[in-house]
Amino acid sequence: MPKTVFPPSILSRPLYGEWQPRPASACLMIADGAGAGAVLDMAAADPTLMAKTHVIYVTGRNESDWAQQIAALNPALFYTSPTYAAAVPRLRKVLSDAKMGLQVYLAGTEGLIGQAQNEAMAAGIPFDAVQTEHRGSLARRVQCVHCKGVTEDVKIDPFQCSHCGLHLFVRDHYSRRMAAFQGVNIDAEAPGDFPASVERFT
Amino acid sequence: MSGGAKIAVTVADVVQVNPLIKRFRFVRTDGQPMPAFSGGAHTVVEMQDGDTRRMNPYSLMSDPANLSGYEISVRRDDVGRGGSLFLHNHVQPGQDMVISHPVNLFPLDLRAQKHLLIAGGIGITPFIAQIAQLASTNSRFDLHYSARSPELGAYMSDLASRHGDRVHLYFDDRKQLIPLADILAGQPLGTHLYVCGPKGMINWVRGTALNAGWPAAAVHHEEFLAPPVGQPFTVTLHKSSKTVQVAGHQSLLEAIEAAGVDAPYLCRGGACGQCQTDVLGCDGTIDHNDHWLTDAEKASGTKIMPCVSRFTGNNLVLDR
Repeated sequence: MPKTVFPPSILSRPLYGEWQPRPASACLMIADGAGAGAVLDMAAADPTLMAKTHVIYVTGRNESDWAQQIAALNPALFYTSPTYAAAVPRLRKVLSDAKMGLQVYLAGTEGLIGQAQNEAMAAGIPFDAVQTEHRGSLARRVQCVHCKGVTEDVKIDPFQCSHCGLHLFVRDHYSRRMAAFQGVNIDAEAPGDFPASVERFT
Repeated sequence: MSGGAKIAVTVADVVQVNPLIKRFRFVRTDGQPMPAFSGGAHTVVEMQDGDTRRMNPYSLMSDPANLSGYEISVRRDDVGRGGSLFLHNHVQPGQDMVISHPVNLFPLDLRAQKHLLIAGGIGITPFIAQIAQLASTNSRFDLHYSARSPELGAYMSDLASRHGDRVHLYFDDRKQLIPLADILAGQPLGTHLYVCGPKGMINWVRGTALNAGWPAAAVHHEEFLAPPVGQPFTVTLHKSSKTVQVAGHQSLLEAIEAAGVDAPYLCRGGACGQCQTDVLGCDGTIDHNDHWLTDAEKASGTKIMPCVSRFTGNNLVLDR
């Protein structure tokens, strides 16, 4: 489960760090798929941490399931969810009950990191206080700038919007508010004239 | 002109609040309303004390919604450089003075779900304006305010009667300590912490909060430094082609100004960064006293904050 290195891009393109143990009254770690590796690495770096850590792990994405390995770390609370969307009600409840001193850690796909970061910010945690680490699939969450529909797990470029059917070029231009990259119609001036799709986000 | 726009004011009122603190009310001499400000802002008060021109920052403590005047509270410092003594001993109602437009280096973060305010002694003043602002918007806050004794706890009874159980008072002479660890542990997510008071208190509150896992961006503090006294030294101002003597009780910035050089400044307390000056030559040691430069910048010896920092050595050349 190697950590991801991103090529240089525009400023808008999010970058992610590496989790570091910080002082905390409690920890909330949210991961999907290969993001489990960040949880395992943290437990190895600071074995005392898991006793005050709540782990929310999304198993159904990112093409791997490390739930058993995380459970073996004996976190204070461990919750698995088939999708990120299904975990959101629990995440909001956890954040609304939380006290200052909580450290939030996010790992896995960009879709999970971006959306969970927005939940953390809405709960009042400063943006730069949330630690993130990208692991696993580069598949993107993309908003069609025309119909505003969001398509999850986009791996090819250009791709066809799952909502309106337009053919979209996937930009590095990212909306933190939407937690999505922007997809722009690629054949607006000459309908039907666009290159073959290539798998860019594996 | 450096330091931003000035306001010609008349002293409307001087009130002895307790044995150490006087409150001063300024109104505009031209009768117009004061410029708008937000809780936490300060003004720089200019004083002509004999041959010495003093310019000291003081937090505005009046209600930001009331622009008929500004109020500051000044604690008398008998061993300080003399600004507070001048205000206490020489400033009378009816006197004309000059103050700066307000600048806020200690604003509330209005994204906070709750505001936790911790004051020590005269450090209460910015919080009085902030609390007026928070109360008017029905925002959540708690104030923990520590003073040496009830007699020296300025505005305590007024704050307690207005804001009830949001106000928590502590007295050193009753051996009452702010139960900081417990207070910090019970705050809802999204709370922002603000501390203003003596240096030891600021360090204690910030250190305890960061060790309890509070994000640095949610911990705010304000501490105006008085320029420390020190040994006299000489400075060369390269652009102005002047060599200036800095007296022991004078700050470098004051000496530059006394030489007729219009140097930039705002807070005059080592906090805002406005007076940052490049060092062109340094045969000696810069005594960095500010909160502005990073440790790396201080170590590099290429920048200085003349409002509070001094120099020991043979030759200091500034790009000024």
